[in-house]
Amino acid sequence: MVFWQRRTAATRGIERASMIRTVLAWAVALFVSFPFLYLATSGFKTEVEAPKMPPAFVPVPESLSGFPLAYTPTLENYKLILAGDFMPYFINSAIATLVSTLIVLLLATPAAYALTLPQTTGKRNVLFFLISTRFLPAVGVIIPIFLATRFLGLLDNVLALIILYTAMNLPIAVWMMRSFFQDLPADVLDAGRMDGAGTIQELILIALPMIKNGVLATAFLAIIFAWNEFLLALTLTTTKAATVPLYMISFMSAQGLWYAKMSAAGTLAALPVVILGWFGQKWLVRGLSMGAVK
Amino acid sequence: MTSEANPALFGRIPILGRFGLWIWRNPLIAPALLVVIVVTQAPFILTVIYSLFRWNLQRPENTAFNAFGNYVDIVRDTRFLDSIVTSLTFTVGAVLLSLLVGLIYALLVHDRFFGRGIVRTLLITPFLIMPIIGALAWKYTVLSPIFGVVNWIVRQFGAAPIDWIGMYPVASVVAVLVWRWAPFMMIIILAGLQALDDDQREAARMDGAGPLGEIRFVVLPHLKKYLQLSALLGSIFIVNEFDVIFMLTQGGPGTATTNVPFLIYQSVFYSFDIGHAAAMAVVTVLGTIIIVTYLLKLLGSLMGDLD
Repeated sequence: MVFWQRRTAATRGIERASMIRTVLAWAVALFVSFPFLYLATSGFKTEVEAPKMPPAFVPVPESLSGFPLAYTPTLENYKLILAGDFMPYFINSAIATLVSTLIVLLLATPAAYALTLPQTTGKRNVLFFLISTRFLPAVGVIIPIFLATRFLGLLDNVLALIILYTAMNLPIAVWMMRSFFQDLPADVLDAGRMDGAGTIQELILIALPMIKNGVLATAFLAIIFAWNEFLLALTLTTTKAATVPLYMISFMSAQGLWYAKMSAAGTLAALPVVILGWFGQKWLVRGLSMGAVK
Repeated sequence: MTSEANPALFGRIPILGRFGLWIWRNPLIAPALLVVIVVTQAPFILTVIYSLFRWNLQRPENTAFNAFGNYVDIVRDTRFLDSIVTSLTFTVGAVLLSLLVGLIYALLVHDRFFGRGIVRTLLITPFLIMPIIGALAWKYTVLSPIFGVVNWIVRQFGAAPIDWIGMYPVASVVAVLVWRWAPFMMIIILAGLQALDDDQREAARMDGAGPLGEIRFVVLPHLKKYLQLSALLGSIFIVNEFDVIFMLTQGGPGTATTNVPFLIYQSVFYSFDIGHAAAMAVVTVLGTIIIVTYLLKLLGSLMGDLD
């Protein structure tokens, strides 16, 4: 709405409608965010304060404590967690996630590139085969994977998670990277070939630098899926290689006990991926729709 | 021995041979393809083989070929049929509600307004949060009979607090699933809305269509394929939901929220019954293939530039 425009009854109506919509959108967003905003808040409370109702969410200095809905923030829980048993889980999650994502990029980039080139035959079959493996239920393979991992002595070993997360993310990564390669103008790909560059050279020197964002977006998505993965971690690890979600389920039967510690751990565990997702918002749709929607 | 030596016995080698040749000619694709085959296809074939054996990890001496015995058993076992019904209830309920809620989210945040970026970010966060933590937050901060905010509100009205998860386990799981998946639907629907020509909406408005008419006659028809895509993807992921059920209800009370993946998990890791679990897994995969086939068709039509 431009200020010098004459405000007619109609424009006032539109203004009012848009104000209602703004208020409504904010209300819905805050309503939906309650569980995680409240979890984040509780991480800064004492164990006595955390399970109390009504929900206190206004941080105030100690001199003002006792007011309704107010609490005095403390860093005790974070100190406790960072010094204590949480870190090994966090490190396992980080290793499984980052190493598998790196391997995914190394394998998916050349594959996606080759699946963009006109001379490659059988593209459709390969692409659809790949993506169908991602859609098949994990329970369809979990039994032999569990037995094979046990047989190979890889139970409770991060290596098992790295291999599985790699296979889990590869299909989506190939599809997503391919959709970025496809956006390149055709003559970019042709130019390299005319200069006599080999396919791999052409990929590394010409195409790859042009889809840096695509690589980043693919990495984001792979990290999000691997970091949040639970079923495989639950079946294949126990203590040494256990990841963050396994730490979280130790709070599963908490009845008001350790709420503050649980909340701090939950916040810390959710944050890396949530932040990545916030930054990568505009790429999410492409990844989640296998590149079909841009 | 070559295929020429005994064509009857090795009649399939040419296909494998052609595959081998293709792999050889496509060194850039081969590694990725082989990793996926080794880690996902080989285990599935093993699952099919296991499903034909009577095999319990606690009584390995009783292991024997059982032909289709396990399949007969699981069909007779009401727990499996119940778990299929539970899976379908969750999937249909959560997908339809997520679509509706996701559409509402998308329509709310599509146009510019004060703080749209923050609102969008808050709305997609439930999808980004580790499902285990999302479910944990719901269990303790929202639905808990003593410490949950819903019961605090209920008590303000003088009513007795309710054990939501215990009393309404299916609805509780669906609520958490919708909370988690509506943002996913929103993301895809928003992309659809962005692709929608503003002129088309303008024209509808000129023709005297109100906001609801505009949604009904212009926006929804345009969104059809986006809605289909999000519904199919959502179904595939939700039919296999495990994390939220594990955290929220452990399949209970009784077997009220035991869906197929959770039942298979229990058969393997609580009863160690590999044969039965494998048979259920094979049936699950076959069932999922039906949805996946539709999805692949849709994906194929959305990107018609292949080969």
